[in-house]
Amino acid sequence: MKLLDRPRSTLLAVAALLALPVLGEGLVRALGLPLPGALVGMLALLGGLIALGRVPRGLDAASAPLLRHLMLFFIPAVAGVTLHAARVAEEWLPFLAAGVVGAALALAVTALTLRWMLRRTGQGEDA
Amino acid sequence: MSAGPALMAPLGWPAVTLAAYAGSAWLYRRGGQHALLLPVLTGTAAVVLVLTATGTAYPEYFARARVLYWLVGPATVALAVPLFGQLDRLRRLWLPLGVALLAGSLTAIVSAVGIAWALGGSLETLRALAPKSATMPIALAVAERIGGPPSLAAVAVAVTGIAGAALARGLLDALRIRDAATRGFALGVAAHAIGTARALQAGPVAGAFAALAMGLNGIATAVLVPVVMAALGLA
Repeated sequence: MKLLDRPRSTLLAVAALLALPVLGEGLVRALGLPLPGALVGMLALLGGLIALGRVPRGLDAASAPLLRHLMLFFIPAVAGVTLHAARVAEEWLPFLAAGVVGAALALAVTALTLRWMLRRTGQGEDA
Repeated sequence: MSAGPALMAPLGWPAVTLAAYAGSAWLYRRGGQHALLLPVLTGTAAVVLVLTATGTAYPEYFARARVLYWLVGPATVALAVPLFGQLDRLRRLWLPLGVALLAGSLTAIVSAVGIAWALGGSLETLRALAPKSATMPIALAVAERIGGPPSLAAVAVAVTGIAGAALARGLLDALRIRDAATRGFALGVAAHAIGTARALQAGPVAGAFAALAMGLNGIATAVLVPVVMAALGLA
């Protein structure tokens, strides 16, 4: 965490972003946590930012392009669907139905629960 | 043996992937950011086309393009920056947001697994679908951890995001959800980054709550999926 206290330069922030997934993975293995290592790295960085109270400029500069071009990094993994072409051809219905109906249900349940809770706690919309 | 792969080595495949992404990102902007033109879809299609044309096997491609995939980890860590920007809202509304997050996250996991199971999906498909509402780097890592193929999970995440973004306006209007924050939060929980992009088009309040919801649901999904799968006897 010392590394994160005052990253003075973008370079230091880049180094922290590269090191944290590895450190997170090490922590996950050592403690047997049921979480992805990168997520633990993300929570560690979030904790560091809360302790610091602001986002250092170098970190802002280093994270912006990573987040903007997130989809680029997924292409090599998604192209692996060619390995599963037979499965997708065979199971396209459960795949599509789970994706579409599941998304609709998640949208509806989240929105209705949040509206209900906001009204209950008196912070609701006036609609 | 085709001459293609030899010519592509060793920097070639990351460059091909980059070019495919640049082209698809341009197309996405030109096409008014239509959900079906998402760069992860069209860019992947372009790469698969090149692989087929040059007779390159996927494992060989992945071994060379892996350097790009390695950046998913640092990008996941970078999500802490936008999440930190939403902390004030989270502190103010932690109880309603927490309850809605839990309900939405559980619904996403159980409905995906339940629907696919009812329609005869294989165990690998169920495991790939379980984390599908989480943002892609987290969903891939969660799927891998429970024995679902990450590439299959990536497709499930993309299908979910596109469906959620496409359905949200009509569905939320029908339910008479008018509050921008509520609409954005639902989009972020159900449809991760694609839903967040959609919410941002509706306005800054919806976009901010969607970004917050996406980050929180990434954490919730990573915690809940192993528990739910164990409870359903699918772990």
